[in-house]
Amino acid sequence: METSFLPTAAEYLRLLPETILIVSGTILMILEGLAGPRNRKNLSPLAIAAILAAMAATVAAAGNPGPAFNNMILADGFGAFFRMVVLSAGLLAVLCSSSYLTREKADSGEYYALLLYSMTGQCLLSTANELIMVFIGLEISSIATYILAGYLRDDARNNESALKYFLLGSFATAFLLYGVAWIYGITGSTNLEEIRRTLLNPESGASPLLTGVAAALMFIGFAFKISAVPFQVWAPDVYQGAPAPVSAFMSAGPKAAAFAVMLRVYLTAFPSIGDGWQTMIWLTALGTMIVGNFAALTQSNLKRILAYSSIAHAGYVLVAVTAYSDTGTAAAMFYLAAYAFMNIGAFAVVSHFSRTGEKYVELNDLAGLAQKQPTTAALFSLFLFSLIGVPLTGGFFGKFYIFKAAIDSGLIGLTVLGLLSSAVAAFYYLRIIVVMYFHEPGDTMDTITSPAPGIQIALWTSALATLLLGVFPSFVLDYATTSAVLVR
Amino acid sequence: METLLENPLLQKLLAPLIITIVIIAVFPLMAGYIVLVERKVLADMQVRLGPMRVGPHGLLQPIADAVKLLLKEDIIPRDADKSIFWLAPVISTFTALSGFTVLPFSHYIFVTDVNVGLLVIAALSSVGIMGVVLGGWASNSHYSLMGSLRSGAQLVSYEVALALALVCGVMMAGTLSMVEIVRRQQDQGIWFAFENYGLMLIPFMIYLIAAVAETNRAPFDLPEAESELVAGFHTEYSGFRWSLYFLAEYANIFVVSAVAVTLFWGGWMRPFPNVGFLEVPLNVGFPVLLFAGSGLACFPLARKLKDPLQAKILALVAVGLIGVGLIFLVPFVNDKIIGVFWFLFKIGLIVYVMIWLRGTFPRFRYDQLMDIGWKWLIPLGLFAIFLNAIVGMLRAG
Amino acid sequence: MDPILFFIFAAVAVICAISLIVQKHPIKSALSLIGVMGSLAILYLLLGAEFIAAAQLIVYAGAIMVLFVFVIMLLNAGEEKSPARPSWFAKLLGIPLMIALLGILSYVIQRAAPEGSLAFGEYTGGAREVGRALFTTYLLPFEITSVLILIAILGAVVLAKKEL
Repeated sequence: METSFLPTAAEYLRLLPETILIVSGTILMILEGLAGPRNRKNLSPLAIAAILAAMAATVAAAGNPGPAFNNMILADGFGAFFRMVVLSAGLLAVLCSSSYLTREKADSGEYYALLLYSMTGQCLLSTANELIMVFIGLEISSIATYILAGYLRDDARNNESALKYFLLGSFATAFLLYGVAWIYGITGSTNLEEIRRTLLNPESGASPLLTGVAAALMFIGFAFKISAVPFQVWAPDVYQGAPAPVSAFMSAGPKAAAFAVMLRVYLTAFPSIGDGWQTMIWLTALGTMIVGNFAALTQSNLKRILAYSSIAHAGYVLVAVTAYSDTGTAAAMFYLAAYAFMNIGAFAVVSHFSRTGEKYVELNDLAGLAQKQPTTAALFSLFLFSLIGVPLTGGFFGKFYIFKAAIDSGLIGLTVLGLLSSAVAAFYYLRIIVVMYFHEPGDTMDTITSPAPGIQIALWTSALATLLLGVFPSFVLDYATTSAVLVR
Repeated sequence: METLLENPLLQKLLAPLIITIVIIAVFPLMAGYIVLVERKVLADMQVRLGPMRVGPHGLLQPIADAVKLLLKEDIIPRDADKSIFWLAPVISTFTALSGFTVLPFSHYIFVTDVNVGLLVIAALSSVGIMGVVLGGWASNSHYSLMGSLRSGAQLVSYEVALALALVCGVMMAGTLSMVEIVRRQQDQGIWFAFENYGLMLIPFMIYLIAAVAETNRAPFDLPEAESELVAGFHTEYSGFRWSLYFLAEYANIFVVSAVAVTLFWGGWMRPFPNVGFLEVPLNVGFPVLLFAGSGLACFPLARKLKDPLQAKILALVAVGLIGVGLIFLVPFVNDKIIGVFWFLFKIGLIVYVMIWLRGTFPRFRYDQLMDIGWKWLIPLGLFAIFLNAIVGMLRAG
Repeated sequence: MDPILFFIFAAVAVICAISLIVQKHPIKSALSLIGVMGSLAILYLLLGAEFIAAAQLIVYAGAIMVLFVFVIMLLNAGEEKSPARPSWFAKLLGIPLMIALLGILSYVIQRAAPEGSLAFGEYTGGAREVGRALFTTYLLPFEITSVLILIAILGAVVLAKKEL
């Protein structure tokens, strides 16, 4: 013990993506301070370079999977997959942010630093193999996101968004921590594999009742982060108030990471109480889908519609979690990857379209977009079709795999209800397309400019990824399937 | 009676209890005399005489002051928050006096020795801030509130630097127990202030500066800056409650000085602990010379006094001092009390330095105060930790 | 001796916790919280975790609560006015739900906790043990926590500085 506590080179490699993100975040922060307010430069290229480097490091780390730092993190295929999802979401968010911030005259290094730190937290969440790391990762990710949500602090909507997110989020994290404390009290460990061994060992005397309470407490913490019913109330207000690129990131990165950690915790640590919590997730999944889809019907604000849609999509992923099988896990992974691209793409359009001060975020403001900017409208339609789940898009295969996994696990009722609710969803997505294509352009179209290069790259990348996932899904799904087995 | 004394619980409790009672009983008197010394030294620096009326050369002034304070009317402002107004000075005094529990006066005399003694003092001092902050708030007065806001910010800022300086000392000692810290210095035969080729002087200086700020003393006395805030956080306090604050302030001065002495100046050890031939001159010669010498010096002063009563009192004091000095000649007694002598003597030196600072430095401006804390002391403290850690490791090989 | 002290300070902690909620004035709530922290520190001490006890006092009762009180004073937060229409939900279900939760908790803990699973002064939680654990087993969380704190500082600066 005394001789072996120094980490090996392989362990450092397994932590390399996070290390790169932290170091570059700090460098960005210092550069901002050194430059001063007069001669500040756009620092987004540096952030992009850092994220690309972190992606490369993720690939390198995936080549040599295993635990690191006394089993604190486990850099396996599952972790690598979610690291890539989070990093892609971050990359797209940075691309959208650059022009957005310039427009709002709020370009600064701290924004990118916070974004990188937030991704650090989410990467840690994806690989966390220890409840302490789960908590720290969640806090890093959340605190950075709270601040990002209120980044334009002279804007009242930003303030509301950040404050709501912060207060409710801290409350939810407290539940998670309470659950962790219970688990430690029951099993005497915070290591997921250790917990699993103790709980499965009949001689350990761990009461299933206590474990269930602890797991439920932790579930509250996770459910808040993925905006599952009944902890979804914050999402529309926060997404609406936050700067559009931040909303885009929030709906993809933190959500994917929260799902990753939830899957890992429940699959690795709590197989002993699997049956009990399946009922709970079943209810949550159904509620989340229904609330998300039906509430979105009555909204007229684009960001709110997308917020409710993101709630509904969390519901679909929860269906995959309910399936509680390897195919279910793989389906959830695939869906989260596809969802990240199509949702950020949709938010990128909103971010471009809303213009300075986010003046134009109402549904009717979109009228006639197809005439003025046919490409943007077409790409937006592609993302919306993918969100509906039309074939040849990533969203279709995502839903397909999820409901297939659910049927394989015998969740016929949930599948039927889920499909019905996603039919409802088609209505409000199609409504956006109708407004874009079949309404005459109003005076809101007068001031529209062509999308900034960053936004264009983000749009085309997301569109390409959405189509790729829709045409060659096996490429990603195979990887998800092989790595899903490892988590169990 | 016999059985009662053999009770182990009682034995465990008895010695600490007696020492505690002695400390609580003696300290207020001592604080009074520290004030007298302070007034005299300041007067000397300003070419005045200082208190001269009560007793010979003002020697009984502290007693007169104490009587005056206790007889004053106890005023609670009408709009003050009564319960907190009442509680705040109690918090201050309680935490300040509790700090004495872990001070090692000598290897025989200490109330208790806990594993985390240094942390206990840090904890008590950090809770003690509440007394000042709440007192100022509860008074419901602008001056008080300003004073307590300032002291809150100041104490929180300087606590960091203070802790960083302590870390260096703890690194040298490898323990947090106050008694053990001194024992380590005894083993290594050196005061930690001069360890690491003198590099430990950096944290010692940081500690000293931060400690002055922690005790709200000039030049860091913004919380009670009398030229701006009347009296700062205790503007509305009078009488007994005020004297509690007063007691707490001097108890804090004593405790921070004691920590400096323990951690950096070898606690109860004599100077040059590793030089054997200085044993007798320093441990016997010096105290005898100090006490008997000052006793003898009193006689010519007493002769000059016009009032025969005062002359008699001064002569009595002189005889007492000579008596104290002669006690150090008895080997058995010397062995028991020499530790306490050095401990208190070193504390006296540090308190003298604090008075000296007060006499010679103007008060800092608020932004200067924050600059010194955050931009100088804290980075320097971190640097000192690095430096001493590296040098210490190199020395250890 | 230990059990007596335990019950005294456990009672103090509970009373302070209740007072924390009941008090109308934020400063008094903050003071009650300090009471809770202090009694918890003593409970840790009774278990033998000396370092944690001292750290609890320094960090919570000292640093954090001073900042709390500082902020309350800066904002000049006055006595809380009870809302004009207290929510019927809170009024009707608050206390029953609390009692139910307490009941479930005590039932579950009482049933699940094995006999003699705890003893006073059993743990050795000195600075040495805590330090060793932090720098070997828990090295990564310990280091990553610094990022967490850095973000909090960065956030405060971003939200408070003069111009973006």
